[in-house]
Amino acid sequence: MSDDLGDKLAAGTCPIPISDYPTILMAHGGGGRLTQMLVDKLFVPAFDNPALKELHDGAVLEVGGSRIAFSTDSFVIHPLFFPGGDIGSLSVHGTVNDLAMCGARPMALSVGLIVEEGLPIDDLWRIVRSMEAAAKASGVSIVTGDTKVVDRGKGDGLFINVSGIGLVPPGVVISPRRARPGDRVLVSGPIAVHGVAILSVREGLRFETTLKTDSAPLNGMVEALLAAAGDAVHVLRDPTRGGVATTLNEIARQGNVGIRLEETAIPVDEEVRGACEILGLDPLYVANEGKCLVLVDPASADAALAVLRAHPLGVRAAMIGEVTGDHPGKVFLKSRIGGQRMLDLLTGEQLPRIC
Amino acid sequence: MKYVDEYREEASARKMAGLINKTVKNPWTVMEICGGQTHTLLRSGIDQMLPELVTLVHGPGCPVCVTPLEMIDRAIAIAQRPGTIFVSFGDMMRVPGSRMDLLSVKARGGDVRMVYSPLDAVKMAAEHPDREVVFFAVGFETTAPANATAVYEAKRLGLSNFSILCSHVLVPPAMEAILSSPDNRVQGFLAAGHVCTVMGYREYEPIAEKYRIPVVVTGFEPLDLLHGLQMALTALEEGRHGVENQYTRSVTRDGNLPAQKILAEVFEVCDRPWRGIGVIPKSGYRLREEYAAFDASRRFDVEGITAEEPKVCIAGAILQGLKKPGECPAFGRECTPEHPLGAPMVSSEGACSAYYQYRRS
Repeated sequence: MSDDLGDKLAAGTCPIPISDYPTILMAHGGGGRLTQMLVDKLFVPAFDNPALKELHDGAVLEVGGSRIAFSTDSFVIHPLFFPGGDIGSLSVHGTVNDLAMCGARPMALSVGLIVEEGLPIDDLWRIVRSMEAAAKASGVSIVTGDTKVVDRGKGDGLFINVSGIGLVPPGVVISPRRARPGDRVLVSGPIAVHGVAILSVREGLRFETTLKTDSAPLNGMVEALLAAAGDAVHVLRDPTRGGVATTLNEIARQGNVGIRLEETAIPVDEEVRGACEILGLDPLYVANEGKCLVLVDPASADAALAVLRAHPLGVRAAMIGEVTGDHPGKVFLKSRIGGQRMLDLLTGEQLPRIC
Repeated sequence: MKYVDEYREEASARKMAGLINKTVKNPWTVMEICGGQTHTLLRSGIDQMLPELVTLVHGPGCPVCVTPLEMIDRAIAIAQRPGTIFVSFGDMMRVPGSRMDLLSVKARGGDVRMVYSPLDAVKMAAEHPDREVVFFAVGFETTAPANATAVYEAKRLGLSNFSILCSHVLVPPAMEAILSSPDNRVQGFLAAGHVCTVMGYREYEPIAEKYRIPVVVTGFEPLDLLHGLQMALTALEEGRHGVENQYTRSVTRDGNLPAQKILAEVFEVCDRPWRGIGVIPKSGYRLREEYAAFDASRRFDVEGITAEEPKVCIAGAILQGLKKPGECPAFGRECTPEHPLGAPMVSSEGACSAYYQYRRS
């Protein structure tokens, strides 16, 4: 931490220059550059500790000789019900997956509900049932919870926070710092499905599609992967908010490595590509909820890919690139026609273009 | 994806690049007009496949980039009015005015909404008769027909709470402004395929004749651009000028006549200031007198708002192809997508943002 920053924190003043953005914008939650700025400049210096500094999907803590993964995630999705899922199943899968990405076996979850006055009880019931079903399918229990109600107009129907703990098996060390030049990058299936499925039911944007969210618990597949490839698995991440491009940028930065992708190798469904073309979005930056990225030692890459493909959630897994020693912290993409470009973090949210 | 993948195919792209390499014997500078084309060139790495003799410069065809600062300040002033619903295309939202952008107005409680179609704004006006709904009508000849249709429709529905803040611009006068500049470097143009889909390419013929340069109407996929470049460079090497059409699957000489009809019904040509360039005569659209009631700048009395550009920004030189983004001392230093000093760094179509995103080393 720089002295200047230390002084500011000690004085209790905000370390982000007020001239930048005096108020929070939607982009601060978008997963791109502004989110990164909040994490780097506000949260990490304020809460400063070694577990947090890993900046992984969850923290791994030593507790009485065991290693416990601990993670939390909040869900503010609109609409609450969408093709293939709802905010309930999504929130359970989200935290289960964050734990799985630490290499942990998820054990128990807590649920915090912030309910807006006026939400139909029947909707809440459907969501609670959906959470229970998702927990059961993921092999975890919801063991504690809390409910608050806010005035009508002060919430978007329902916000859910799910925190969870899991046990990291001995010998498993998953961290972006373990990314090594030569590692292969795998993705467990076609990307950008969730984001496009949600957009298709957004107010003012409805379009007809048969797409459903890919929201699913990944812990089973990860367990199979770790059983087969073990220590050769260096990094796991689920490319949720900000998509594959943002997640790989985070890994490149945290692991201080470069990453090179092959555009033609990245699986994207026709329907998703079509929707993204029309809406002016890049699928590489669109959210996924049931996919994971795996960085694996090259010697075990084929075996790891085979394990993913043998699992029902990874049938269309693919090898999409590799880790490089050059241009550390950056992600490059070999384009469809053979050119090369940098795949940067987005500054804000993806905004549709004028024409 | 059919009709898209064919134009993004590596073997054909290499073949076309090979053809260009064989054709080019002399140094040439070619400008693509449209920001969408600039991004395809850099995204797919076409600039790296061309012989060193070919210099690509990037034109003013980025609607976000050329919208004057004062127009953005006017939009922000209107959006801050209580009871107003301010509606815009997505990428205008983050363009900084003198003090803030539209997203910041939204963050402070303003009702700023994003749409894909201006007709959605008309629908909002019908649904909220107690609110003023203002649509930010920006763009070239491509977006103008849809915006004209929105105004036409609002008049037909008798909506008195709908208006547009109009900042439409036209391509041919900008080309002439570039070509008649004493510093001009441009020897050939790739004309914007979608503008020509609407307007046809008759109006480019006198320009090609007067300045004796090749103009190739070009599409937006990687192979379209390589093909367009190949046609333009061949014409340059052979000493030919005139208009050619690469984008035949979308563009005809006459263009889209019903679209032109609605444009003529609602808009008339006027002088317009371009951000970084200044006023170009007869280079924009304004509402005709019969539709003046739908003019937001009159309705909300914001015509008095003026603004000054940051001095360090060389957007004008960039947009006229006189300089490349890397030649700007502020590029990537004071000026980044998080802290843009000029619009070409903000817009998803801006040349500076394209270089920052895809070519920053």
